[in-house]
Amino acid sequence: MDMNIPYTVEHRPDTGLANGKLGIWLFLGSEVMLFGALFSTYIILRVGAAEWPHGELNIPLGAINTAILICSSVTMVLAWASLKMNDWAKHRIYLVTTVVLALVFLVNKYFEYSAHFASGEVPAHTTFLAIYFTMTGLHALHIIGGVIVMSYFLGPGAKLWKKNPEQFANRIEYTGLYWHFVDLVWIFLFPVLYLL
Amino acid sequence: MDQVTTHGAPAHGLEPAHEHAHELGFWRKYVFSVDHKVIGIQYAVTGLLFLLFGFSLMMLMRWQLAFPGRPIPLIGGWFGADKAPGGIMLPEFYNQLGAMHGTIMVFLGVVPLAVGGFGNFVMPLQIGAPDMAFPKLNMASYWVYFCGGVVMLASFLAPGGSAQSGWTSYAPLSIVNQGAQTWWLVGMIFLITSSLLGSINFITTIVQLRAKGLSYMRLPFFVWAQFVTSFLLLLAFPPLEAAGILQLMDRVAGTSFFMPSGLVVSNKIVTTMTGIAAPGIASGGGNPLMWQHLFWFLAHPEVYVLILPAMGIVAEIVANNTRKPLWGYKALVYSVVFLGFMSFIVWAHHMFMTGMGTTMSAFFQTTTMIISIPSVVILTALLMSLVGASIRFTTPMLFALAFLPMFGIGGLTGLPLGLAPSDIHLHDTYYVIGHFHYVVAPGTLFALFAGVYYWFPKATGRRMNDLLGALHFWTSFVAINLVFFPMFIEGLAGMNRRMYDGGAQYAHNKAVLHWNVVQGYAAWGLGLAQLFFIVNFFMSIKWGKAVDRNPWEATTLEWSAPSPPPHGNFLTEPIAYRAPYEYSVPGAAKDFTPQFEPERA
Repeated sequence: MDMNIPYTVEHRPDTGLANGKLGIWLFLGSEVMLFGALFSTYIILRVGAAEWPHGELNIPLGAINTAILICSSVTMVLAWASLKMNDWAKHRIYLVTTVVLALVFLVNKYFEYSAHFASGEVPAHTTFLAIYFTMTGLHALHIIGGVIVMSYFLGPGAKLWKKNPEQFANRIEYTGLYWHFVDLVWIFLFPVLYLL
Repeated sequence: MDQVTTHGAPAHGLEPAHEHAHELGFWRKYVFSVDHKVIGIQYAVTGLLFLLFGFSLMMLMRWQLAFPGRPIPLIGGWFGADKAPGGIMLPEFYNQLGAMHGTIMVFLGVVPLAVGGFGNFVMPLQIGAPDMAFPKLNMASYWVYFCGGVVMLASFLAPGGSAQSGWTSYAPLSIVNQGAQTWWLVGMIFLITSSLLGSINFITTIVQLRAKGLSYMRLPFFVWAQFVTSFLLLLAFPPLEAAGILQLMDRVAGTSFFMPSGLVVSNKIVTTMTGIAAPGIASGGGNPLMWQHLFWFLAHPEVYVLILPAMGIVAEIVANNTRKPLWGYKALVYSVVFLGFMSFIVWAHHMFMTGMGTTMSAFFQTTTMIISIPSVVILTALLMSLVGASIRFTTPMLFALAFLPMFGIGGLTGLPLGLAPSDIHLHDTYYVIGHFHYVVAPGTLFALFAGVYYWFPKATGRRMNDLLGALHFWTSFVAINLVFFPMFIEGLAGMNRRMYDGGAQYAHNKAVLHWNVVQGYAAWGLGLAQLFFIVNFFMSIKWGKAVDRNPWEATTLEWSAPSPPPHGNFLTEPIAYRAPYEYSVPGAAKDFTPQFEPERA
């Protein structure tokens, strides 16, 4: 029997899914549990605290970063949609834009972090800053992960387009699902940490 | 049985697999392999080695418990002055052994063997798949697990020794501890990542790669068990990963997620590792109870991760050796799914003693009583399968049969622990140790041994020796019960767990102290009994009786593949024509009608 694993590209008729699509959704399910545990921790710490600090974070910068991530989600969808419309050049532009937006987000985050460190607001300072740094730090790691994956598809991974365009488009779609999730986590993080 | 597999069209009509196989060099074929069978065997062998290592730690502890303060004979000099000066075990070393025994047995031994080993090797064969859905991810999950194992082993050499706060790593003890708790956390993050990758692969494979005709209700029970187990790993492990990250922050960055503010020990305010005192009122202190919640949110489903694959293995072997269909297949499937769901909402029954409040206790007592129902349904169905059967007492069947009463004892002794009033008396005594070891040692481990004996012919093309198998079984069975049954007696008498001197310092333990000596000899005897297995395992690889594809006359799809199966598993496309356990069908020519055998006109 041949070694080719079925349904890597085509959909299995009875489930209507390709393997990768199911795989990425399962992964996102586990990510929900990971961040869910951290949000629960936040709630327990906050409920147990007599006072909770307000106004320690840079709201304008956080708001700008929120807008940046939302835009990057849009360009990510467009990167996938242009593949579906067979427009390789546009796909490249949108994917590069997504990476650039992600990098701008990280640069902003760097300025935020260094301002805190400069004024002695390290994670050990308060439980608020501890949970702030842990959650946004883990989120930033997810952004970095996404940047690495997208850079791969801009670089060596792009060769697949010539060989198997459908599989390549699927991979961009799965990357997009992950990217929207990372975006969504930030949309929860911003109000919870900055505004509430 | 060979002729039946020639039915069915050659799959997809592409190039045959063995042409690929020859191109691979040694490293790609046996070390960095993407073949689920090789990875399964890697997992199984690594898991077995870790089981032996984790058990050896316990054999050392048993010396200290049986003969407190006496130098360890023969090997006492190996551990050095910082662990056992003059061969006498230090309390810190005892604590390291205890913490690492639990960690290694659960996360590096049983789970890798039960899920990584059997799941990887058997499940794709049973569903008629050529491999796992994501072979490279599969390889990655093994090597990430391997790295986790190396970190855990290396932690013994770290200054201050390995983690010492029990496998549960309760805060704040684990945070102020000077040992290599940080290494433990890093190791755990590796192991959790590995399980996560594995579980995504398992679920995708089961949903997507089932052979033609293999509907969900035709899946062998073992596949169902792995399916539910994978969901538990997928959804329960991430909260522990989060907890691990938070504890890592506490130890490395000086935060106090789990450190209450102003914790005073010996008239001194306790500080975190970085020397920063736990913060004041700015945003409140940390919450040690939160660690327990996050930990047990994983660790209770983890109990079912340990037991469900074992139940799956036993179900396969019971059906095969009773030559009857499993009694109540549907009830088994619904029970295992319900069990998986319920296992997410029982975790705080480990925490009745923490003062979390009676409302919480009442809720978790209720869910705990509810979860015992599907467990009993599964055990009952397996027992009922034996009724009226002419049982083949093969080596795997001996272990599988022993699983039933052993798991029964483990499960029933758990009921008093699931009810807060009786738990308050029994908590933190040897009774608890006896209870969960009956579930995982003579329970799960016996099932895993059964699985090794049962699928060894599929993996190697040879059978293991039955005489050595019987010797292994009977000696282990007697010894393991002598280790664990006295724990109930000790625990009911009030003997606490985790006592460096085995409880000798308390007068009320005097009447049961002699059991420690019995348990010591039984544990070392149990160690010796494993030599039968080790010798058998290696001898049979070389000299075992060569077998054909279906030596047990079994019905599930893995027995239609050659033994050992080639790269790509099946020579022709496997098709499932019927339910998994069609044994002794009235009117059939022989007493088994395999899933892969087409209907005859």
